[in-house]
Parts: sequence; C-alpha cells; structure tokens
Amino acid sequence: MSASISASPLARRRRRSALLFLAPACAMFLIYVIYPIFSSIVLSFYDWDGVGARTFVGLANYRELLHSDTFYTALQNNVIWLVLLLLAPPIGLLLALYLNQKVRGIRIVKSLFFSPFVVSGVVIGLVFSWFYDPSFGLLKVLIGHGVPVLGDEHMATLGIIVAALWVQIPFCMILFLTSLTGINPEVIEAGRLEGARGWTLLWHVVLPQLRPATFMAITLTVIGALRSFDLISVMTGGGPFDSSTVLAYFMYDQAIKYFRFGYSAAIAVVLFLIMLIFIVYQLRRLLRSDN
Amino acid sequence: MYPLPVASWKPSNRALYKISLPIALIIWLLPLLAVLLTSIRSSDELMQGNYWGWPHDFAAFQNYRTVLVDSPMLHYAWNSCLITFPSVFGAIVLSAMAGFALATYPFKGSAAVLATFVAGNFVPIQILMIPVRDLTLKLGLFNTVGGLILFHLSFQTGFCTLFLRNFIKELPYELVEAARVEGATEWQLFYKIVLPLIRPALAALAVLVFTFVWNDYFWALCLTQGDDAAPLTVGVAALKGQWTTSWNLVSAGSLLAALPSVAIFFAMQKHFVTGLTFGATKG
Repeated sequence: MSASISASPLARRRRRSALLFLAPACAMFLIYVIYPIFSSIVLSFYDWDGVGARTFVGLANYRELLHSDTFYTALQNNVIWLVLLLLAPPIGLLLALYLNQKVRGIRIVKSLFFSPFVVSGVVIGLVFSWFYDPSFGLLKVLIGHGVPVLGDEHMATLGIIVAALWVQIPFCMILFLTSLTGINPEVIEAGRLEGARGWTLLWHVVLPQLRPATFMAITLTVIGALRSFDLISVMTGGGPFDSSTVLAYFMYDQAIKYFRFGYSAAIAVVLFLIMLIFIVYQLRRLLRSDN
Repeated sequence: MYPLPVASWKPSNRALYKISLPIALIIWLLPLLAVLLTSIRSSDELMQGNYWGWPHDFAAFQNYRTVLVDSPMLHYAWNSCLITFPSVFGAIVLSAMAGFALATYPFKGSAAVLATFVAGNFVPIQILMIPVRDLTLKLGLFNTVGGLILFHLSFQTGFCTLFLRNFIKELPYELVEAARVEGATEWQLFYKIVLPLIRPALAALAVLVFTFVWNDYFWALCLTQGDDAAPLTVGVAALKGQWTTSWNLVSAGSLLAALPSVAIFFAMQKHFVTGLTFGATKG
C-alpha cells in the first residue's frame, strides 16, 4: 500500500512540498535548539575557557560539582522555588473564582490584575528591590521598621520568590478564568440540583472540569520555577554570598564571570535532567491526547 | 456558572463584592503604584525623605525628559524594536509553513517532528547558552541585533508551530481537497486558502511572541556586550547602576520600559489571552 502511494507522482509532489514547508523551521530549530543541547552535554565532559583548546576531563566537572557548597545551595534554592511557586496555581484559582462575575468594569479589573505578567522581569525586579528597600521602601512603611530582605542570607530567596509569585499568580488566574467560562453550565446546574454547593461543588464538579487548565498551570509554573533567572540577576545577583543563587544563575555566573564553560555546561546538564522529567511527562500527555 | 452569579446574591453581599473589587485591585497593584508615584517626584523631595507623602511639586515632565534625553534609553528602545519585530515576523513565517505541513500532509515521523518542537521549548534555556553564544561568535554576530534575532526566531518557532499546527488541523479539510481539485498548487493552497483562515491565530501568536522577546533579558546578557545592540531590558538594569540614588529616574525609566508590552497587551487583549491559554481549555 505505502509503496504504491509513494510511487504515484501526486504523492511524491506532496511529499516534496511537505519537506519544503518544513525545512526552514526545522533547520533553524536544529541549529539553535537541538544541536546546542547535545553540544552542551558533550562540553560538560571538557575543560574549556571559551577561547583556547578544549581538554577532555571525563566526569571531573560533575565530581567537582558534587563537592561544591554553592551547588547544594543552588539545588536547595531550586527546591524552595519549586515548592513556593506552586502556591501560584491555587491562589490563581481563588483569584479567578473571585473575579468570575459579570459586573460593570470587571473586564478592566481582570486585565489590571493580570498586568504584572506582561511586565519584563527586569522591571519587576527593580520594583521589588525598591519595595524592600530598608530605608524607605513600601515594606518599611507597611510594617513600621526596615528589614533588609534582599541583604539577608535567609530572606533573600523568599523575597525574590514573592516577586515571582506576583507574576505567576495572574498567569494561573487567566488560565483558570478562561476555562471557567468554558465550563458547561448544565453540569454545574445539575450539581446544584443534587444539593452540592460551595466547596463540595468546587471539588467534585468544577475542578474536574478545570483539569486541563490545572495541568497547564502546574507544568508551566514548574518550568518557570526552574528557569528563574531575571529576578535573581536584577535583585541580588545570587547574593549575599551566593545564598540566593539557583542552578540557572550559578551556571550563568560560572560561564560569564569565571569563563568555566565546561563546568557551567555540567550545571546546565543537571538542570536539564531535572526538567527532563517534566518534559517527558508533558510530551506523553500531548501525544496521548493526539491519538 | 460558578461561583453563583452576583446577580442572584443578597443585595448587601452584592454591594460588598463591588466595593471589594477596587480595594483588592489597589492592594494588588501597590508595588506598581508606588513606583508610579515616585517617578513623578522631584529629586529634592526624595532627598528630604518625602517618599510617601503627597508630592509637593510634580516633576513628572522633568523626570521623564531626563530619562529620555540624558540617558541612552531611546537607543535601547530602538534596539528592542530592531530585535523584536523581525523575530516575531520570522518565527511566524517559519511556523506557519511548518504548522501547515504537519497538519495537512500525513507522513511518517510527523508526530516525532512535532514532539521535538515541543520538547525543545520546554528545555531549560541555560543548556543552550554556551553553544548558542559560541555559534553567534563564530558567525560574527556577537553584539549585533542579528545574533539575537536569529536565536529568538528559532526558539519561538517551536511553540508557534505546535499552536498553528493544531489550529490548522481544526479547519475543515474539505477546503484543502476542494482547492486541490480546482488545480491549486501546494503553495497556493497555503498562501491563498489556509493563511487567510488562520489570521486570528497569527495575531494571537504575534502578540504573545512580542512580549516574550521584548521582555527577554537572559539572551540579551549572553549575546551582547556594551551598548551597541543592548535592548531596553539591559538598559533598565543599567539605569540602576547609573542613578543609584535617583530612584525617581529609575522608576520613570522602568515604567517607560514596561509601557510597550503593557500597551500591546491592553490593545490586543483578546488575542493575547487566546494565545496564552491555548491548551488550557481542551485536551
């Protein structure tokens, strides 16, 4: 069957056009995304300053990583980021439920709630650095005395995560708002007739219908948490004493500041392996829903 | 509808709800409002420590003028435009063609190609950093807008292809068949039949990709050095160092930098949300 199809000139013409349509996108994606992944993995076994020759060092970069305190700080901070940023989906859901009403001006209210998401991380970072400033920041005015949030080893990461939540919550909110409007009203009515209301209705009837949105919110929050870079770079630069660094920032620092490209690639590979779990999970779901 | 519409609430609760909205909004936007307020204060006032009182003299005009004239903000903004528009255009052209191919031609391995595009987009961008930087250096594109454009358009193509492929798949296939019977070439099929039908999807993607690229900071740091090709995000971060004590100027600069993507969002809200929530409503 397939042999006879590929023999016909029409099918051949179509296959050729399919190839031509695909070629530019595939070529660019291969060069700038796929090839670099493998290139980084290979590089992680080398010692390289970015200019001179590369020397193969086997697993030395990874061994060094396992003995580096900063690596564990970064890893621990990545876990803190992951756990705390996952507050965004439930808070976003609450916000969506709060705003899912038809009153005058609600559209502009929703948009304004959402607006932090479209502001660049750099600006958000500046806004919050200023918010936390111990001598005049808004936080000082609110709680009465200045707290050097970003200058304190124990609070810097938390301070940055609050800023990240301010961006991530509205994103989750908009996902939930969109799917709330897409819910079949009859199902809700049926639930109400059965006597379900409030939390019971939310838990047993509404939430199951929001599953795609929940899934998206969680996946993208996880990815966002692991990718976090802009805010850290602007707000603390990983400090004080590397206390607020994460793998993404640690990696950048090692490459750009210390020109340790092989070592830096090894950090990136570790981050990649952590994220691979989520990538595989997401892909399986995508392919399953396709069939 | 869930929760119960306010229309069927007790009048007192309904009133309470309506009052709570602006209050909640002000609390939510407080960090931003504070910055807005600071950006219109004069330096003298900040020196005297009047951060939170009512501004005595409005210096909005001077502050914004200083930022626009006495700092290279406009130069950075221009760089941002030079980087963002071609990237958005390029990503959309490439992904429209690829999405069309993946949606209309059944061939072995099309699922694998799609999966590669998606997977590539979820990768931590840090793993791409060193090779992409290296490649950009070798191409002689380091510290040029061209280097950033090539990367951005390639990277964004992944997500855009998935989006457009799914959108095209939803179109009635008979249209394509009918056009083929009429004798249309494959290119005409794409250009004359499919492209006009996917215009809303293209608009949604354009807005979304615009904000992603416009707000990018990581790649701007990796692929530029100095002022030549640096976009607005790098410029704003530099403002902090340049005017360490003049928070009114830093605030004004930050707000100016945020303005374009916020404006585009408000102007094309519907498209933006369609693009962003794609995948959240079905599947």
